[in-house]
Amino acid sequence: MGSAKWMRRCIKDYMAKILSVAASLFGIFWLAWILWTTLSNGLPALKWQLFTQMTPPPGVRGGLLNAFAGSLMMTALAMLIGTPVGIAAGTYLSEYARHTRLGTAIRFVNDILLSAPSIVIGLFVYELMVQQMGHFSALAGAVALSFIVLPVVVRTTDEMLQLVPSSMREAGLALGVPQWKITRQVLYRAVRAGILIRILLALARIVGETAPLLFTALNNQYWTHNLNEPMANVPVVIFQYAMSPYEFWHALAWAGALVVTVFILLLGLLSRTLAAHRGRT
Amino acid sequence: MNDEGTLVPAQQSRIHPAAEEIKIAARGLSFYYGELQTLQALDLKIPKQCVTALIGPSGCGKSTLLRIFNRMYAIYPKQRAEGEVLLDGENVLDPSYSINRLRTRVGMVFQKPVPFPMSIYENVAYAIRHYEKLSRSALNERVQSALIGAALWNEVKDKLNQSALGLSGGQQQRLCIARAIALKPEVLLMDEPTSALDPLSTAKIEQLIDDLKTQYTVIIVTHNMQQAARVSHFTGFMFMGELIEFSTTEKLFKQPDNQKTLDYITGRFG
Repeated sequence: MGSAKWMRRCIKDYMAKILSVAASLFGIFWLAWILWTTLSNGLPALKWQLFTQMTPPPGVRGGLLNAFAGSLMMTALAMLIGTPVGIAAGTYLSEYARHTRLGTAIRFVNDILLSAPSIVIGLFVYELMVQQMGHFSALAGAVALSFIVLPVVVRTTDEMLQLVPSSMREAGLALGVPQWKITRQVLYRAVRAGILIRILLALARIVGETAPLLFTALNNQYWTHNLNEPMANVPVVIFQYAMSPYEFWHALAWAGALVVTVFILLLGLLSRTLAAHRGRT
Repeated sequence: MNDEGTLVPAQQSRIHPAAEEIKIAARGLSFYYGELQTLQALDLKIPKQCVTALIGPSGCGKSTLLRIFNRMYAIYPKQRAEGEVLLDGENVLDPSYSINRLRTRVGMVFQKPVPFPMSIYENVAYAIRHYEKLSRSALNERVQSALIGAALWNEVKDKLNQSALGLSGGQQQRLCIARAIALKPEVLLMDEPTSALDPLSTAKIEQLIDDLKTQYTVIIVTHNMQQAARVSHFTGFMFMGELIEFSTTEKLFKQPDNQKTLDYITGRFG
């Protein structure tokens, strides 16, 4: 090979490397900036009262206890609704309706739901529950969040189960064990780590969802554990406080944002650890 | 097809005394994948407590035949069988014959070892628990005897609670054999059980098949003619969905009656 040609190839290789590194840096740069802004604004406001006091009216000191508790309750309830229904539906799609017309139709509709804007889901639940009940409620908030979790779990369960080789089902059936038992005791075992990881990521997503809660749970300045009442939650409090003209509310909003970000980061780490662990077994 | 009169074995010493008894008989057995007929009204008699090999080129229907014996095909909606398969004289294709009863009497080992994602112990205990309520010690005994029967006990006795997925391919296949014989079946179907294994593991499984024949009727599908010659007492040669020839392994490989059989075993087609 001529040395001129060789040189050209070296230069091309070098350029490609520089471009791809620059592209990665560009992405990481903004991410780092977002994290830095959240940290530098949130850390000074991160005080113990944040976790012990309620959201304050303007001009008074306070914390975000009721918002954290509300978010926790509604998120947990949403997972409790979305996960079992999603796993059952995903199992139906993969194990009982894989190549049927109905299965294909459900899969298609589920994919639409998966990419539905969360504000649309919020409006839908507003019509479905808030209008009917005549008031905002934590229950409606949890239902709206569960509609975001549900399609993720359906899709994941369906995909993971389809990846299990049919030979494993045959091996179970060849022992004379009925199909539902094989599914529950053998197939679920094969896919549980994969499904758990995606459930954690779905959880991370709904922790920060604002739009569906704005129309359903709304907000509450006081502590409540009544699911039939409006309930405070971190995203809506952040939204409301950040838009306000008060310094202290701004600080609380940043602190809330920081806590949510760290929580999501931890969920991400946990799911990565699980994935690495699954790779070993 | 030979009648029973010509089953007089050349390798007298290797044939079990029960060879004259028939364990499984197929009568006018046809099979369809949708519209496509893949078995053509086939007749076959499998002697009890012997090893019977089914050989033939790819697509000849030997695996299909094997999968009819435990009605494994029934899980796929477009597949159906016609005719009769008699297990000790009872037609197992009759819808009233319990599929779960059939599968406890007729166990199966697959081409690729498929251990369940659980411990070695649980793999073997899993199906036993489904059928029987045993005490802890009785269950331990059953698991141990199945693992001994599958020539795996010595290799795994100190790590019964470890994941079965950590075993080597050959060990996994013997675990699958242990899992099948733990239910004390009468017939063991083996669908190319060594085609995914290395020669050493293959030798171990072949030795094991030889031991198994004292208790079980073994039917093995294989692509490997040397393997059929090594492990079996009887061999059936299949071609295009028909049973071309069935006789003692010795006779089939040395003086086959049919020209097609001769062509296949001498490598003229396949």
